[in-house]
Amino acid sequence: MPKRTDINKILVIGSGPIVIGQAAEFDYSGTQACQSLKEEGYQVILANSNPATIMTDDTVADTVYMEPLTTDFLIKIIRKEQPDAILPTLGGQTGLNMAMALEQTGILEEYDVELLGTSLSAIRKAEDREVFRSLMHELGEPVPESQIVHSVEEALEFAGEIGFPLIVRPAYTLGGTGGGMCYDKDELMDITRNGLALSPVTQCLVEKNISGFKEIEYEVMRDKQDQAIVVCNMENVDPVGVHTGDSIVTAPSQTLSDREYQMLRNASLKIIRALEIEGGCNVQLALDPSSFQYYIIEVNPRVSRSSALASKATGYPIAKLAAKIALGLTLDEIINPITGTTYACYEPALDYVVTKLPRFPFDKFVSGNRSLGTQMKATGEVMAVGRSFEESLLKGIRSLDIGTEELWMEKWTYKTMDELIECLKKPDDERIFVIAEAFRRGCTVTELFETTKIDPFFLTKIQRLIKLEKDVSAHKNDMERLMEAKKAGFSDTQVSRLWETDVDSIYEMRKQSGLLPVYKMVDTCAAEFESETPYFYSTFEEENESIVSERQKVLVIGSGPIRIGQGIEFDYATVHSVLALKQAGYEAIIMNSNPETVSTDFSVSDKLYFEPLTLEDVMHVIELEKPEGVIVQFGGQTAINLAEGLQRRGVAILGTNLEAIDTAEDRDKFEHLMNELDILQPQGKSVRQLDQAVAVAEQIGYPVLVRPSYVIGGSQMEIVYNNDELAAYLKKSNHIKHTHPILIDKYLTGIELEVDAVCDGENIVIPGMMEHIERAGVHSGDSIAVYPPQRISDSAKRECVEITMKIARRLSVKGLINIQFVIHEDKVYVLEVNPRASRTIPFLSKITGVPMAALATRCILGESLADAGFPNGLLPELPQVSVKVPVFSFAKLRSVDTMLGPEMKSTGEAIGRDKTLEKALYKGLIASGLSIPQEGAVLLTVADKDKQEMIEIARRFHMLGFRLYATEGTSEFTAEKGIPVQKVGKVGAAGETVLSIIEEGKVQVVINTLTSGKQPRSDGFRIRREAVEHGIACLTSLDTAMAILNVIDSTTFTASPVSEKRAVFTT
Amino acid sequence: MQKRQLVLEDGTRFLGTGFGSDREISGEVVFNTGMTGYQEILSDPSYCGQIVTMTYPLIGNYGINRDDFETITPSIHGLIVKEVCDLPSNYRSEETLDRFLKANDIPGLAGIDTRKLTRLIRNHGTMKGLFTSADCSVERAMQLLHQEIGITNHVERVSTVKPYVVPGRGRRIVLVDFGMKHGILRELTKRNCHITVVPHHYSAEKIRRLKPEGVMLSNGPGDPKYVPDAVRMIEEIIPDIPVFGICLGHQLIALACGADTEKLRFGHRGANHPVKDLTTGKTVMTSQNHGYTVTKESLAGTELELTQLALNDGTVEGLAHKRYPAFSVQYHPESSPGPEDTYQLFDRFLANIITHQSEEKREEVSCRSVQI
Repeated sequence: MPKRTDINKILVIGSGPIVIGQAAEFDYSGTQACQSLKEEGYQVILANSNPATIMTDDTVADTVYMEPLTTDFLIKIIRKEQPDAILPTLGGQTGLNMAMALEQTGILEEYDVELLGTSLSAIRKAEDREVFRSLMHELGEPVPESQIVHSVEEALEFAGEIGFPLIVRPAYTLGGTGGGMCYDKDELMDITRNGLALSPVTQCLVEKNISGFKEIEYEVMRDKQDQAIVVCNMENVDPVGVHTGDSIVTAPSQTLSDREYQMLRNASLKIIRALEIEGGCNVQLALDPSSFQYYIIEVNPRVSRSSALASKATGYPIAKLAAKIALGLTLDEIINPITGTTYACYEPALDYVVTKLPRFPFDKFVSGNRSLGTQMKATGEVMAVGRSFEESLLKGIRSLDIGTEELWMEKWTYKTMDELIECLKKPDDERIFVIAEAFRRGCTVTELFETTKIDPFFLTKIQRLIKLEKDVSAHKNDMERLMEAKKAGFSDTQVSRLWETDVDSIYEMRKQSGLLPVYKMVDTCAAEFESETPYFYSTFEEENESIVSERQKVLVIGSGPIRIGQGIEFDYATVHSVLALKQAGYEAIIMNSNPETVSTDFSVSDKLYFEPLTLEDVMHVIELEKPEGVIVQFGGQTAINLAEGLQRRGVAILGTNLEAIDTAEDRDKFEHLMNELDILQPQGKSVRQLDQAVAVAEQIGYPVLVRPSYVIGGSQMEIVYNNDELAAYLKKSNHIKHTHPILIDKYLTGIELEVDAVCDGENIVIPGMMEHIERAGVHSGDSIAVYPPQRISDSAKRECVEITMKIARRLSVKGLINIQFVIHEDKVYVLEVNPRASRTIPFLSKITGVPMAALATRCILGESLADAGFPNGLLPELPQVSVKVPVFSFAKLRSVDTMLGPEMKSTGEAIGRDKTLEKALYKGLIASGLSIPQEGAVLLTVADKDKQEMIEIARRFHMLGFRLYATEGTSEFTAEKGIPVQKVGKVGAAGETVLSIIEEGKVQVVINTLTSGKQPRSDGFRIRREAVEHGIACLTSLDTAMAILNVIDSTTFTASPVSEKRAVFTT
Repeated sequence: MQKRQLVLEDGTRFLGTGFGSDREISGEVVFNTGMTGYQEILSDPSYCGQIVTMTYPLIGNYGINRDDFETITPSIHGLIVKEVCDLPSNYRSEETLDRFLKANDIPGLAGIDTRKLTRLIRNHGTMKGLFTSADCSVERAMQLLHQEIGITNHVERVSTVKPYVVPGRGRRIVLVDFGMKHGILRELTKRNCHITVVPHHYSAEKIRRLKPEGVMLSNGPGDPKYVPDAVRMIEEIIPDIPVFGICLGHQLIALACGADTEKLRFGHRGANHPVKDLTTGKTVMTSQNHGYTVTKESLAGTELELTQLALNDGTVEGLAHKRYPAFSVQYHPESSPGPEDTYQLFDRFLANIITHQSEEKREEVSCRSVQI
């Protein structure tokens, strides 16, 4: 059926900032969809507040609005653009929720805007628990016994009927936010209360526990002709009970017979047909491992994280085709883009095993609760492809970039068997390593099945790996064993551990005997048809299908899984580099392991190797392709970390050389450089003996910033103000090996400034500088960044430019460089130099219009900035103010402290742009999900050192008509200054307390700067968590509070009395 | 485990590990892209004389159960997999794939680059191959392969020897067994049919004596031109008995109606083959297993109407007779393994019988009225 000609302009709603449960996968699907619409000749209007995405590039859509995704702003866009239709199914849950909210305002009817893809009624049927259940009953599809509740009492009543354990699932929340498993009454009450608060419709589903069932997913598609297909089915290694986003998942299913496969396929197709979805849909099912009984768990009537995974796992681009289907095209007339010869109405056949592993943030959130349940906690994921489950699992493990390249973690070797078994009883993020360790100690499959309920099929595979490990270990330098190990997916690192030698010698040994992998194509059809896609994975087999061309080629290393501190920004830079390479006439080859991103879309590069980003795997590709060199500066720390090993093995690093990278990262060399260039930096010292720390800190002078020089398991950086706090810190980091020194730096308060520049080795161009709202001490990724700087003098700016030039030239930077400054007492200090892409590249590129990553790539290839048409130095500032506001996922991570500090905690970012700083901030804050109250009450609980500064804030809130609440110390201090304040009790006190007023919704803003100090569960912590769990803005920096105050001030009117009568009238 | 090898007629050699039986055997090497359903594939009589390569690398994961067989005695000549699972996991599993193949004297080969083999078959077409021990030289293996006279009696090997009845209270159906999959029988019994399964050589006259309301022509192995008796039988019954043909049955109807068949380069074998129904315009997923096809051009001048097409290569997938109550499909509506999207064809067959009978009655009435 031909595409529709009655519509022309289409509004696409993106998914906004990245949070746990809604991440880079929507950049991938959104970008694909927009391109797909444009390809068909439609005009695309895009609304998305996330600047870090490829999707918001001006080439992706005809018009891009980086405005907050709220009804207010979307209505403005609709009125202005008057689109014919909206496509809401590509922007995740946010996109769907926005479409429903827009419908309710009546704007769609007013402007005659049609919804493409999935009707609102279908969205409602799938999303509303009650409607969904009755639809399932109508279709005769089984759902677990459950009850919709609107209150805790109803939940308890239901529990009385069917007993424990139960699962609570709040309605309309992302990634299972607020849900959880309950084993008793108290847990049920707690989780239900929390879930009801988080559900926008105050509704939860309390469900019979079917944990232990196999969790199976089907990705299905349907067009308006009612043709429906399954793109991919997936089986979770972790049975029902762990959120699929947190589970290890294989594609296709491994333990289903054809009858089971078809039974679940039929159910999935029946559902997509009943919902009349035109596009993609995800169906999650639970299958009893010992009967044909199954249940429908959930349906997502849109593209999702799973659909992105399915697309990469099969090669079948779901989002791209979903967009075409929304335009009225049908599956049987769309060409399968992978083969180029067959049609999209087709169910991909895999001839490999795909394993997806979640990447968790617990290396950053050491105190976070690591147990896994129905609420997703992973920030990202990796995918690995192999010709056996073992191979793909181990490739996945080493893709995670978590410090191990095998199913082995030293820490578990110190545990007793009982401890291991105890640990396995509740699933957590390291379960797979514990299982491996248990097998090493001789545990049986049956025992571990009893404890974990993981299917024996998967357990047997892990056991096989451990057996092989022992065998390899017992036969040092045996080539046959080595071959077997490589076929099973062992890394050289693992073999080197077992053989007590170094990786390079294993690698040499293999090279000499020709034990190298071959590359196979991902072609959707198991080689049945000839395919055009340059999408490959490695395996140890006979035939290599990756044909090396005669062209000059460059390999770009991606950034691996999304994690805190290394987000989608690096994928953005990677993609731009690849595109620039292609434009410059090179064959651009990319390696990456992240299934969620645009960079692993096979249509982006000339060749895609979906592989782990370890030295070994990268070398294999280099040996085959023999590129001119490798670009590592866009792939974040993951790629940078490879530079040394690559150089050691004789590979050319293109752009900034290894020495420069090393100078910036090595503390002594860096200090030396700063001295040589006569640049100021905070005084600091590294100490090896812990007892020296106090002396050094006193010598430097408090406050000081302390951190381990070598970060193990993400143990933190902290700012300490006195000897006691330092002692507490040292005690906490006791487990850190004494071989690594502790770094103690002077903590300088002041305005932080950040510069990103492109350098061609000689000249530099700085598209813009960004000032941070929060003072130094808050991680730059967690600060609100403002362009252009608002509080910085011209001379300071000039100095920053000069310093940047000096450093860039001295390091002969070719490509990108990022420098962080602090202006302390009118002097410019350098805090950090990163000779690589930073997380502000996409933001800065977008607001200044300078395609920084592309430009940097041209410099890397040898072009000069002058030839590219850029002057040397800082580009003129633009009049519009732009802010980058961090977004956190605290609601998903219980027991994580929300206090901002030197350790990064945000998962994403939103942008706000407008004529003034206040307007831009307003937009940015709204876009980040914060609600800015115009009236109400503020709770103040601040540390002693902040009290003086807090008074100004308290006074202004009072002037704006807000009521003030404070705990004893703060309230006395405030009252003394003549500001009316209501005292509330501390945590645990009788009567009205800090917690009760938050719980009862009496306050709209919480300002809390109490450091956690010695106890991890301090009062400050509890106040902050309470605020997060009730969706109340909790500001832990007075600078943020001041900024918000300014925003409120500029958007409201105050009532103030005529002040003192002027003297002129009285006399 | 024992090292064994596959040698193809072009001399390519694949060295792997043997499982199942260790006898030496040759066969036509084909590949199937289904990711599940190895038990059904193994026991599908249409694979008689063939060595099947499973493109999905992990086979045997859910073991062998007592239910999912498509015949009692498998006639497949061999199975090639990347990895055979020796510790299956599924509550229905009774034994491992290896044990099952041993018990049925079928050799298997594991641990070879099955994708390489698949690409070879895709590019060169189906080839003959020999399963033999690793020490057999390629020359000797090729000699053996060339000496071999291809079998032509596939159908005779797998068809039932004697007719038998699967009683029911519904329509009387004669099911001609050319190598019938149990799935066809299951779909008919599900619809309460009274079924008489007859051997492939049963004559039209003998079939008529069973007073069938409809005749079902089953799937089966090999070249349809090897079963000329069946073509003659079909010619005789097709004018006045509703007929439904599947796979080989479909090809035989085509031959009976004057169309022609030919061999495909490497056939269609898998569970994901899109077929477009030309009357409804809709495409559905089908399960397929055939090496031969009805030549599209040969339909001109016959009374057959092309009703369904393979979406990807445009080959003939469905036919209907323009005058007689007969229709057929190249694919497997009984699924097992594969998608169950076309079960309704069995209903259509039964509906055809009703339509045909009421038409006959009308004709009778009108004949009688003419007589009066």
